[in-house]
This record gives sequence, C-alpha cells and structure tokens, in this order.
Amino acid sequence: MTTEAGSETEVKEKEEKPAAGLDQSERATAESQEAAAAEGDAEKEKDGKGISRYLPTWFKKQKSQGQTSPTEEAPSPEKPGGDPEEVPEVNGHAEEVEEREAVGPLRGQVAEKEAERQSDASADTEPAGEEKVVGGAEVAGEGGAGEKEEDEAEERAPAGDGQPSIFQSPLRLVRRSKMKLVVCHVTLLDGSDFACEVEKRAKGLFLFFKVCEHLNLLEKDYFGLTFTDHHEQKCWLDPTKEIKRQIRSNNWQFAFNVKFYPPDPSLLTEDITRYLLCLQLREDVASGRLPCSFVTHALLGSYTLQAEIGDYEPDQPRPLDYISQLTFAPNQSKEMEEKILELHKSHKGMTPAQADAQFLENAKKLSMYGVDLHHAKDSEGVDIMLGVCANGLLVYKDRLRINRFAWPKILKISYKRNNFYIKIRPGETEQFESTVGFKLQNHRSAKRLWKVCVENHSFFRLNAPEPPTTPRFLTLGSKFRYSGRTQTQTRLASTLIDRPAPAFERTSSKRVSRSLDGAPMISITEASRDATENGHEPHLDLHSDSKVKEADPSPGRVEAAPAQSPVRVRVDNIYVRHSNLMLEDHDKTQDEVLKHQASVSELKRSFMEAPPASPPQPNLWEKRLSSSPAAATRAQRPAAVPEKEEEAAAAAAENCDAKEVSKTTEVEIEETVVVREISAKAVVPEVPGQEAEEGAGLAQKKKKMKQRDSVSSESESDEEAEYQPNVPVSISRTQIPEEEEEQEKPPEEEVSPPARSENQADEKKEAEEPTATPGDAPNGPAQRQEADARPLAPPHQDHAPKVNGEAAAVDTRPQVICCSQPPVVKTEMVTISDTFAAQKTEIATKEVPIVHTETKTITYEAAQLDGSGDGEPGVLMTAQTITSESLCTTTTTHITKTLKGGLSETRIEKRIVITGDCDIDHDEALAQAIKEAKEQHPDMSVTRVVVHKETELAEEED
Amino acid sequence: MLTDFPGCSAGSIVSPCYLSACQGENMAGLMAAFGCYTHAIVRGVPTSLAKEALRTGQAEVDSSKAQREHDAYVHVLRSTLGLEIVELPADETLPDCVFVEDAAVVCGDTALITRPGAESRRRETEAVKGALKELNLNIVEMADENATLDGGDVLFTGREFFVGLSKRTNQRGAEILADAFKDYAVSTVPVLEGLHLKSFCSMGGPGLIVIGSSEPAQKALKIMQQMSDHRYDKLTVPDDLAANCIYMNLPNKGQVLLHCPREEYPESAKVFEKLKDHMLVPVSNSEKVKVDGALTCCSVLINKKANN
Repeated sequence: MTTEAGSETEVKEKEEKPAAGLDQSERATAESQEAAAAEGDAEKEKDGKGISRYLPTWFKKQKSQGQTSPTEEAPSPEKPGGDPEEVPEVNGHAEEVEEREAVGPLRGQVAEKEAERQSDASADTEPAGEEKVVGGAEVAGEGGAGEKEEDEAEERAPAGDGQPSIFQSPLRLVRRSKMKLVVCHVTLLDGSDFACEVEKRAKGLFLFFKVCEHLNLLEKDYFGLTFTDHHEQKCWLDPTKEIKRQIRSNNWQFAFNVKFYPPDPSLLTEDITRYLLCLQLREDVASGRLPCSFVTHALLGSYTLQAEIGDYEPDQPRPLDYISQLTFAPNQSKEMEEKILELHKSHKGMTPAQADAQFLENAKKLSMYGVDLHHAKDSEGVDIMLGVCANGLLVYKDRLRINRFAWPKILKISYKRNNFYIKIRPGETEQFESTVGFKLQNHRSAKRLWKVCVENHSFFRLNAPEPPTTPRFLTLGSKFRYSGRTQTQTRLASTLIDRPAPAFERTSSKRVSRSLDGAPMISITEASRDATENGHEPHLDLHSDSKVKEADPSPGRVEAAPAQSPVRVRVDNIYVRHSNLMLEDHDKTQDEVLKHQASVSELKRSFMEAPPASPPQPNLWEKRLSSSPAAATRAQRPAAVPEKEEEAAAAAAENCDAKEVSKTTEVEIEETVVVREISAKAVVPEVPGQEAEEGAGLAQKKKKMKQRDSVSSESESDEEAEYQPNVPVSISRTQIPEEEEEQEKPPEEEVSPPARSENQADEKKEAEEPTATPGDAPNGPAQRQEADARPLAPPHQDHAPKVNGEAAAVDTRPQVICCSQPPVVKTEMVTISDTFAAQKTEIATKEVPIVHTETKTITYEAAQLDGSGDGEPGVLMTAQTITSESLCTTTTTHITKTLKGGLSETRIEKRIVITGDCDIDHDEALAQAIKEAKEQHPDMSVTRVVVHKETELAEEED
Repeated sequence: MLTDFPGCSAGSIVSPCYLSACQGENMAGLMAAFGCYTHAIVRGVPTSLAKEALRTGQAEVDSSKAQREHDAYVHVLRSTLGLEIVELPADETLPDCVFVEDAAVVCGDTALITRPGAESRRRETEAVKGALKELNLNIVEMADENATLDGGDVLFTGREFFVGLSKRTNQRGAEILADAFKDYAVSTVPVLEGLHLKSFCSMGGPGLIVIGSSEPAQKALKIMQQMSDHRYDKLTVPDDLAANCIYMNLPNKGQVLLHCPREEYPESAKVFEKLKDHMLVPVSNSEKVKVDGALTCCSVLINKKANN
C-alpha cells in the first residue's frame, strides 16, 4: 500500500517535471492490465451470439455475477424478486467481483472467472471460447477455478454469511458481515408501489432488473429508475453505480419511468411495453408535462377509457361520475369529460392493445413528446428551456421554439461548472464551427443535462454505445457514457423476443392522486416576455469568430440584441470571447496538456508576480447564479459570506493581518467511493498529497473564487465534461468532452487543487497558452491599483473583468479575478481552460494511519503584496492528506485574505474529503477534522461547517 | 429520424408523395390530413381600400379592378372548389378589412383571434370572430395588450407552426399562438423584408414549402428547416410575391393549388405549372398585391367536418 502511495506522489510531481518515472511504468502496467481486461470484454462481444452481442458489457457482467440475479433473459420465472435471501447474496457477490476488478493484478482472474461462469450460465451467455481469450490475455489461471467455486458457494450460502476466502481481506469479511438489506420502494407507472429488498451495496442495474422482472418487461431499454436528490431534482439512477452512492440519503425511494420515448411506438414488439409507455404518457399529459390541446386531451382520454374499461356501456349509470375521478388533463373540465365520453363511444370494439396503439399514435405527434426540458439561461440571462429529445437539442423560450440543434449538427457537448456548451458544425455558408453556451442553474444541472444529452445521443443516434473510454494517463473527469443498449440494438434484440404475449392487467391508473412531480414545464414569465417583446430573441452565445457570421445568416435567431445598455453589450462581448478561449482549450491535445503541466512551475512564478485574472465567464455566470434564488448550491454557500471581502493571497493563518474581521473555516466531508477503496487496497493507501497551489491573484470578489473552489471540490460536481459523439454512421462525429468529476477521482489521481489564475490582460493568450507567462504579470499590478481604487466592486463588475482581460481592466472597474481551479486534474480537461490543468501543483505526503501527511502552505508574493497594496486578493491553497488503513482524508484548504478599506479579512476554507474503506464513523471524522482545523489555526474560529456526504461513485474505471 | 437538411437544390421541383385526399377525415386526431377545408370566410372590398389601405409600395390601386379580382377569387372558392363561403360585408372604416387572414388563425377546431400589429386594423377581428363563433369553433382571444400577431405571419405546415416575427407580429403574439395550439411546435422566424412571413412563402402541399428566391426568403427557409423536426421539400419560385399560393386537399378534387397567373408572374407561373399532381387554378391578384395583399390574405379556411 505504501508503495503505491509513493508512486502516486511521484506522479504528481511528475506533473511538474515531466520526467517519466517509475510511476509511469507502474501506470503503464496497470493500464495494460486494464486494457487486457477490456480486450477480453471486446472479444466476448465479438464472440457473442445472438442477443448477447447486443448486451452492454455491464449487462453481461451482471449476469455473470450470479445466476440468481434477476434478469429476464434468464428464464427463471419462478425466481421472484421477493426472495430476500437471494438478493443479498447476489449483490454481495457482485460487489466482490467488482472489487476484485479494481484490484489490478487480480483482474484477469476475475475476468476468467466471469468467463467461466458465463459459460455455464444459461441461455444467452457467450461460448466457452471466450474463456481462452480472457485467460490468455491474463495472468493467473490458478485462481480461476477456485474462485469460481468460492463464488458459487457464496451464492448458495445464506445471506450475510461471508465465506472466508483467500481473496478476501479480513476487512472485507468484516464488512460483509455487516451487509444489510435495504428495502427499496419503487413507484411504478400505474402509481402502485413495488417494494423489494436489495443489498445495501447493490448497483442501480440490480434494482432496475428486479423491477423489470416484476413488471414482466423485456423491452426495458426505454425505461429507467429515477430518484429525487437532495435538491429535489429528479435524477436517473445510474445502473452501473451503487445505488447507495447515488441517492445520497437513506431515502430508498424510486420511480420507474420512461427514459427514452420511442419515436415510433408501433415499432415496439410487445404490447406490455406499449402499455407501460402509455401509462407514462398519461401521467405526462395529465400533469401538463406533455402539453396538448383540448381536442387532443379528449382524444387521448377516450383511448385511455377504451383501454382501461373497454367499450362504452350505454346503460352505465352516470358515466360522468367515474370519469371525473380520473385525471386526463391538468385542468379538466366537464366539457372535456363529455367530449371524452363522446369519443369513447366511437371506439367501440377496439381492444385495449389497439386503444393503446391509437393513443400512442396520437401522442407521438405532439411536439413535446419525448422532450426532456431543462431550465437554462442564455448568455443574456434570459430564461429559456433546453429540450433534449431523440432528434437533438431544442431551445425554447416560453413556449416558442427558438432554435434547434439536430444531433448531426452537434460536434461536441460539454459542460463546465454551470455552463453547458454545444459545438456546432459549420453550416454550408459558414467556415467556422461555433459554440453555443447556456447557463444552467448550477453545475449539477449542467452535469445532469450533459448526461441526458450523452445518453439520448447514444441511444437514438448511435448503433452501439461508445466503448468506455480507455483509461488514459492522468485522465480525470467523468467518463460517463451511456451504458445501455441503443435503440438500434434494443430493436434488434426485441425481434428475438420469443414468448407468448405476457398477460398483464391494465389497472385503471391512479392518475387521480398522483402528485405531479416537478417536471419543468414551460412557463411564460412576464419578465421575459417584456424583454422579448419586440421580436428580440434570446441570443445565444457563440464563439466570437462565428458570432458575427452567425448573426448574419440567421439574423433572427442568433441574435438580435437591439438596444442594450453599453454595459450589457460589453458583457456579451466578453462572454463570447471567453467562450472562444474555452474552445481553444477544448481542442487541445493531450500533448498540450502535458505541456501545461510541465509549465506549472512557470505558472506559479507568474502567479507570484501578478494577480491572475479569472476567466470571465464563469464568474459572470456564477454571479448571476448567486443572485438567483434558484441557485442553492453548496458551492454558493461559501460565497455568500465572502462577498464583501477582498481576497488577498493568502498566506497561512499567520499571515492574517491584525485586523481580521472574520474567519471562516469550512469543513466538508465527503464520503467517497467504493471503487476507490478498492484501488486503494490494491494499490495501497496512497496518499495523494495535494497541495495546493497557488496563490492567486486577487480577487476582489472572492466570492467567485470561493464559489469556484467549492464547486470544484464538490464531489458530485464534475465541473466539466465533454462528449464528442462518434457516429459511425457518417457525418456526425461528436465529441464529448467531459468534465472531470473531481471528487470521484481525487484520491487516486491525486487531485491537487489547482489554483488558477489568469491574467486579465492576456486572457486570450493564456487561453492559448496555458501557462501564464511573466509577461502577463505586468497587468496584474495595474489591476491591483484599480482594485485599490475601488475596493468594493459591485457584482456587475465581475462581468467585465472576466471577459476581456484588458478591456475589462481598462474599464474602470476593479476587477480582480482570482480563479481557483477545481482540485481536479484533468487531462482531458484540456478542453477547458488550460490554466486549470497547468496550475496544479501537488505535494503529496503520505503517512500511515491518521497521520497528518503534509500540509504545504504556499505563500505567493502577490498575496503579500496585498498587505502593501490596498486590496489584493490572493489565494492560497493547501492540501493535505491523511491516510490510514481505513480512512483516507484529503484536505484542501483555501485561505483567502481580503483587504477592504483598511480591514483585512482572512478566510480559510477547508475541504476535507474522507474516503472510506469501510463504514466510517463520520461524526468522528468530522470532529477530528474540526479539531485539526482548530489546532492548525488556533487564533481563528470555525464559523461554518458544511458536511457533505457524497454517495456518488467516483469510479476510475468505468 | 435524423433530420438534417442538406438543403434542397434551389429551383428544383419536388413532387412528394401526397396523402390521399382528406384521409383520416373522420378522425378527430391530431394532424388530420393537411389542406382539407370545408368553409372559407371572406370579406368584401371596401372602396376605401384604394386610398386608405396600408401599403408598403406606392402603386395606385384600381378599386373596381380590385373588386373584380376579389369576386373572381370568391367564385373560385365557392363554385370551382365547392367550399361553403361565409362572406362578411366590407366595412368602409376598415380599409384593410378584405384581408381576413390577418384577423384569425384557425387550426382544427380552434380559432385564435389575433391582435393585428397595425392599430388601424384591430377592429377587423370583431366581424371575423363573430363568423367563427357561428361556425362553432373554439375561440381563443389575444387579450394581452403587448401582443401583436397578423395571421399573415403564421405558416401552418400541417405538422407545426412557423411564426414570422415582423413589423406586425411580436414574440408575445407568437407565444399566445403557441398556447392556443399546444399540440404543435411553434417556431419563430425573423422576417427581415416584406410585410409578413407569408409575403414570400406558403405551403404548396404537405411537406412542400413554396418559397421566393430572394435572399431574405431563402434565409427564412433555412431557418425553418433548421428549426423543424420534419423534413420539408421546397419549391422555389422566382418572385417572392408569387410564392404565396393556396393549397387545398379536397374531396373529389384532390390536390388543388391556387396560384398566380402567367400575366402577373410569368416565370413563377411556369414553375407552378410543372406540378403534375395538383389541380392548378391561376387566380389573379394584381390590385390587392399593391396593398400587400396576397392570395392567402383574402380568406380564412376552415375544416368543419374534421371537428364534428
């Protein structure tokens, strides 16, 4: 373990000095192993026959994990989900397999084992031949058989009975004995509740399969499970990740929903699938999520009646009584009910299946059919809705469609913090690709939208899902990809369904009492109305190059910003430029990234010399966000406080000036991922020491910095991701840049909190060249002066600075910009601003149990300057890691000192990520963290503690 | 599914497969056959039109000729095509009242009474609304005082709406239209030149957009194609004004196209004449066009059968 930690550290160092070291070779080894495993998978796929070929890898895995696992394909109807014993076992097993996979060296064995199991498993498994493939690619044949036996034994064993095995560490044994079952409640489409027990560590797929099994559903790829997160947002349960890590609280409540609305439901194979789709649509219609006219409401309602109660009975007493108990429309009137009845009469003789089919034939024509709406803002802050559907991305303002980007037109989808970007293929008359940016409420929304886009694109446009990205050196960020079957695959698979049409009962749906969940509905807001009254359309941010052009060809759409205040205009420009920068970044290659890393030290120097300018855009967005009530992100919380403070590069607490107004220590604790633990074991506890880096520039608005920082460290939040879909088909190649999910990887990758600073003056330059050059520095001073002059910069000012560095500076507004980057190192991130990547510095220390690894405090001169100057914001980040066998803690400390009108404030934010191997006593960990914080800064008081338990998986593999 | 519009070659004539006449007529379903009409609302030509009607050009209008042309137009609708005509009397205080299209948008059994962009035309809607009520349509009114919408800016393709944002129509008006016809996508298209969106385009059949060849017209078409999930063929005619024609799909008549005659737009007429599947009916409109009145402007077409 220790060894591994060492190597990790080296890796980090290597970033600074790109001299390939041992660690690289180690990495390479690991990679090759993974690659081998991946190859194995690939082989399996090739070898697979029939349906199995279309099964996603995770699907196969699941199957291989246990014959008892509830898959419909496995003809085991008598295996009801109800058997509690079964569940835990299966899950436990699955988990084990997973863990072993994570353990590099054992991987091959696992694979082999899988292969074997598959060979003896039923129906659709691969031919035995694959075994060879896997075995050949891999190491140990020895463990194979034994392990398998063991697994089987486990399967047979009663729940919770951990069988000792050589492969299991004692730790795991302990854990195993602790394994608990959890009761999941799944709200089905008919409104009923389905309860089933799953092992606590079960993956999303397991539960999903149990539900599908319960429903007797085979064409399940159109469906998914949703849960409501802490922010009351509906999220899709990721089948490949543990449920527990996604739901974030102990609320095991889910809903079964349609995830991909088939554009032509008549192509579905089974009536039961159509029935379920109907149920979803009825709910969508009744809730108003799927808007339709009076006549359509009536027509759909009449088909619903026909399907659910059959032919109209003339002698039925007072039909209006029962009909009014059903909800067909958001505002259902007597008139509508009468119309429904009238139409119902005309459907006489129609079977329920026919009525459902008719229902779908009409519903599918509705313009909002299958459109998943997300609230967003355009570059001007105008509220819009982004709709993701089978054909692409739609942009709505109120109810009006103001733009549309078909998948083939989209080259790349990415998000960064709360910004969502799409890169557009140039039109016939255009020379340049353009990028359109939208601002989401927060980074979570942006990520959610991005994921939905990735999934929809994959499902509807690809023939096969993109293979999981191969692990690259130092790759960070979410590698999220759609893991299921694509529509093409599922259709093909459906043709192979060979069973008599399952009998199912059409229960009269409980639409009546169902609460409408908060699906976004297009609402017309007065405010926006006014804004747009004169035909002014919301203007999309384009990359500056293309912006002009765009404006031309499609005047209406792209832009028509009539009379705007000068300020506003300026902002726009700025924004545009910024996005341009980002684009450039996006395009960077890995080499460039490495280069950036190499130049970290240079950056540091520059930081010290000059205050960094922050990237305009994020600030702009953030500011807006913060002002919007909707943005209730954790990230923002920290910001609230600092608002008034100016930042000074911080030095440690020692540097705090005498006049400290306030001190804040923020502690965030996140619990992380299983995967990680695994790797930790395999690898040994590594201690990524992260250190931080940079002092940065200053920012008058610390807030931004803080926001950013916190954002970055949020576990869930990946700040950015890209997706470039490759459509084998033809034209469309889309790239998907992903943002990194920082939290997910931090421990392994050694995330160092990069602090980034950019010079306002040369933002562009920076963008192009990640490394800040000394030349940039000069600008810093100027800024400072400005800043000094106006210590209190109003929020608006943020805009200016962000964008055009120089211009902004000139602008009179003091803009200071400090950007701190998310602690994640993204290689891929390249896409994003280089600065980020380049700036990380890492310092790792590792120590054994609960020892404070190393705390590094870097004080930049710039920070010091603050003291001399009036208000120079500086940021200092330090990271420390505490590692023990069972506990891995990563602490990122941001210290900001702000001078305002003679008063200086020092604020220290600590973010502590605790990664657990086994169940951790969080309270204790938190107490410990606070204690440590106090010890370290005895003269400061803890003003705020934010505890964030992160359940999301940060898997590296995947 | 993949709706990417590579762009149809300019000027090409496409003859898509058309649906048989009025199929699905008995179904109240969504997107019933496009172009099926049973009724038309028209209005007399006031003598004040010649002098007082709003116009973008300077040409002098021959009042009596305008009257004759209009009579011929109504005759075609009534006698040639067999529509039931609801003829509203002219109102001398409303010089533009003959252009009833601007006063209402009818789709299915819903009629949206507009709020015309020109102040002087607002009262035109009263009579039209009365007539639509008589026909038992669901009336939706545009109460919002910030909204303006001229029916001439509304292009219904059978699957969706395009609303031109022009001098006469604003975003708010378009929003209200979208609210009134919730089944359909409503996309906005900037109208940079010409009075209305339909001053340079119209539907020539299901999935066929007739478009003028001017740059603004072509640009607008591109936008429409980009915004749509559906694929449209286009029929480009040399003259923008000639691109305004009336398509119907009538029982016993099949596909009918009322278009400009050779005398007015010889080149464009030739293009229309190449359409083989349509019953072509040239209708002259030389006078009303001087006050920006196109063929579609002079009637509100309604399909009553589909709604009963």
